[in-house]
Amino acid sequence: MATTEVTAPSLEAQRTPVVNDFSIQVATVNGSGSQSANTVLLRTIFQMGVPVSGKNLFPSNIAGLPTWYTIRASKDGFVARKKEIDFVVAMNPETAKEDVLALEPGAAVLYDEPLNLKDLRSDVTFYAVAFDKIVAEVCKEAKLRKLVKNMIYVGVMAKLLALDMKEVEKAIRRQFATKVKAADLNWNAAQAGHDYAVQNLPKQDPFKIERMNKTEGQIIIDGNAAAALGAMFAGVSVVTWYPITPSSSLVENLIEYMKEHRLDADGKATFAIVQAEDELAAVGMVLGGGWMGARAMTATAGPGISLMGEFTGLGYYVEVPAVIWDVQRVGPSTGLPTRTAQGDIMKVANLSHGDARHPMLFPHSVAECFEFAGAAFDLAETLQTPVFVMSDLDLGMNNWMSEPFAYPTQPLKRGKVLSAEQLTQLGGFARYKDVDGDGIPYRTVPGTKHPQAAWFARGSGHNEKSQYTERPDDYVNNMDRLARKFATARKLVPQADIVQDGGKVGIIAYGTSHHAIVESLSQLLKEYGVGLDYLRLKGFPFGEEVHDYIARHDRVYVVDQNRDHQMFDLLKLDIKPEHVTKLRSVRHYNGLPIDARSVTDAILAQEVK
Amino acid sequence: MATTSAPQPKTNHIGLTVLDYRGGKTTLCAGCGHNAISERIIDAMYEMGVQPEEIIKMSGIGCSSKTPAYFMSRSFSFNSVHGRMPAVTTGAVLANQKMMAIGISGDGDTASIGMGQFVHLMRRNIPMIYIIEDNGVYGLTKGQFSATADIGSKLKTGVINDLPPIDTCALAIMMGATFVGRSFSGDKKQLHTMLKAAIAHKGTAMLDVISPCVTFNDHEGSTKSYKFMKDHEEPLHDLNFVPYFEEINVDYDEGTTTAVQMHDGSKLLLKKLEHDYDPKDKINAVHRIMESHKTGEMLTGVFYVNPDAPSFLDLLNMTDTPLAQLPESTLRPSKATLEAIMEEYR
Repeated sequence: MATTEVTAPSLEAQRTPVVNDFSIQVATVNGSGSQSANTVLLRTIFQMGVPVSGKNLFPSNIAGLPTWYTIRASKDGFVARKKEIDFVVAMNPETAKEDVLALEPGAAVLYDEPLNLKDLRSDVTFYAVAFDKIVAEVCKEAKLRKLVKNMIYVGVMAKLLALDMKEVEKAIRRQFATKVKAADLNWNAAQAGHDYAVQNLPKQDPFKIERMNKTEGQIIIDGNAAAALGAMFAGVSVVTWYPITPSSSLVENLIEYMKEHRLDADGKATFAIVQAEDELAAVGMVLGGGWMGARAMTATAGPGISLMGEFTGLGYYVEVPAVIWDVQRVGPSTGLPTRTAQGDIMKVANLSHGDARHPMLFPHSVAECFEFAGAAFDLAETLQTPVFVMSDLDLGMNNWMSEPFAYPTQPLKRGKVLSAEQLTQLGGFARYKDVDGDGIPYRTVPGTKHPQAAWFARGSGHNEKSQYTERPDDYVNNMDRLARKFATARKLVPQADIVQDGGKVGIIAYGTSHHAIVESLSQLLKEYGVGLDYLRLKGFPFGEEVHDYIARHDRVYVVDQNRDHQMFDLLKLDIKPEHVTKLRSVRHYNGLPIDARSVTDAILAQEVK
Repeated sequence: MATTSAPQPKTNHIGLTVLDYRGGKTTLCAGCGHNAISERIIDAMYEMGVQPEEIIKMSGIGCSSKTPAYFMSRSFSFNSVHGRMPAVTTGAVLANQKMMAIGISGDGDTASIGMGQFVHLMRRNIPMIYIIEDNGVYGLTKGQFSATADIGSKLKTGVINDLPPIDTCALAIMMGATFVGRSFSGDKKQLHTMLKAAIAHKGTAMLDVISPCVTFNDHEGSTKSYKFMKDHEEPLHDLNFVPYFEEINVDYDEGTTTAVQMHDGSKLLLKKLEHDYDPKDKINAVHRIMESHKTGEMLTGVFYVNPDAPSFLDLLNMTDTPLAQLPESTLRPSKATLEAIMEEYR
């Protein structure tokens, strides 16, 4: 074994242990198979009962470019990205130096020995590991060495952080569930890393994991898989899609679930999933399916949303249900395809030409991805209109811990659909007539066996009977009814969650920003004695509770993950003019998931003047 | 008192009169070929005894795409966006495979803006009738060339087309359509027969129907005018069709007529004008179409038919009940299923 050097920083760091509250960043080369090792590390901490979150920062590239995985352990349950990295595992020569120089004093670095990083600075702990030598001993087959090399750092980290090796083994066996040989090989690698650390790396840093009981019964899942499950339990039957990061895994997961759980007694599919030729076709198929009475959906990202504009306007105007998942990424144009943002809010709210408006739902957690998948279908069929679920890459593609999902208690809401029997009783119907005063007309689905069932779905001007017309009064009548329908939607979308209330200054946020806000509220109170209220938006159009919240506060910070404060603008358009000046914008748009410290600093900069 | 009974209107084999298949009053130009096509659709649907409520009429944008309003008012209709009728139809057929889809498109709708969706529809062999009402010109935007206009053909304004045309039939065959033909809106018998056979077909039946535009493209110099078509139409064969509900007992001469059996037992009869035309030979079909371009003739007839190819729906292995009609008990897996899945994620 080679001589290993451990260099230590100040002794102060060693004296104050940091337990269950730090972040680890693993820097590797894209395509080197580090995902398994990182997942094992994450799961081990989770299995020890410590709240944990994992975020994959990866390039738009198949192999070769730098990629980072950050794991945050938080005894307090904070799961947002933490800006400061406490422990770096440096495996990638290209970024190692930069990663080390970016650390705060007192951090620790585990690195691949040939990188020779220890002289870079004196205020962090360095652990050098001869990965190539260890892997050569543990893995006889040279071609497999690349695959197991990463599992060695799991073993080393297990020793340094005091992780239970029984939990490491459990996580490895779970990761390679059906591949026993691979599981054995990886377990051997982890053990070798552990042994190496025991023999060569005396503990010098303050970071360690101790067992807790805060994750019992919880699951770990990503938002796209959760959304897919939600769609399946919501009764989706026509799914069309065109591959695009970061939404592809939503449908890929759905394909697997449906093949497993949605076959009839004869083994036949109770669904159709089609990879379309492009996003235009994908959403067109959804409209055809929705018109026909099936629960139909697609999933896409910003560029796909742009392409879906024309069809979305058609869906709004002919009034057919559709569910569109927008797993947002960084734009404009191709933007940063593998980075996260909330940049499609304004675009989606009015997608298409003319006066079109669309309901949006904003899930903030994997549990809400599951729940809103069903809510979106209920809403789309109730309102007879396209409904958008605004997820993002951070939620969709990262693993999150959660309580298990609750089985839906309500039956599927199919909206105002007339049967042949009802048509006989009524003697016919007018497709676009506002019978109930809520702007929502009655519809029939094609195939309804009644001579008066048919109607003509058309994107051109139409009257109450769906006959072609260019008469000004008919047009105004129809557009005013659609506006009434949108007003009805205000009462039907999920109500905002008022997390904290009673003060004079508040925050409004939505989606994945939630996790940073919760932590920021804690920082503001603990560190600066500033107590703020908090409302989390769950749907658009905004309900009365949102207007009331703004009305009763003196100042309201609206937190957006986009440059142009899109939600802030959308709120400004909706609220009473006298309240507009109360709104203040906090923005985060560098492609990384939003962190608490950035929010705290931005609010303090405006509050303390 | 003597009783005289009013003459009963003639009905088809499902008891409906031809009036049950009519639509609204056309707003297209008087003499438009598209109106003749609507008439043929009405006749064919009536004769084949198709239940109007089981039809979906699909279209995109353009003069052609207005026509579903002019036939079969009891059928459901979707007038979508320019060139993207194939996607809407695909979604609709996936949701309810028991509905019969008839899509009406134009040469602009199909061969320019809708080309991408057109080829993928053909490739999937979605069960539907896809009719291109082809006049080589954009009518609603007042007379620009479309992508099917022949090279050298002239507009009323004197503009000459210098780009080669897209032959939608050759393209459809190459892309995988399983019933491909070309007809002329003025050829009543041929179009009528082709439509009936298309109704009996279970995959994509693509019919390119030359339909002269009386306002912008029916003059000297146009290769899609009535006169040009009358002078240059070259039928590949005489067509006849015997639906499954009629007794298959027709007078045809073995050796000069090919009978193609459709999946429902109907028969498409092709009386050969050419000695060796085999409508199941894809390569020969494309060859003959290409050859006709060289000779300047407007070849019509059923170029290619394959009634045995699986449709897209066959590949999906869907349950027999249309997806749109499945009950909640089928659509939503049980609570135990969710709990088992949750266990996998613990």
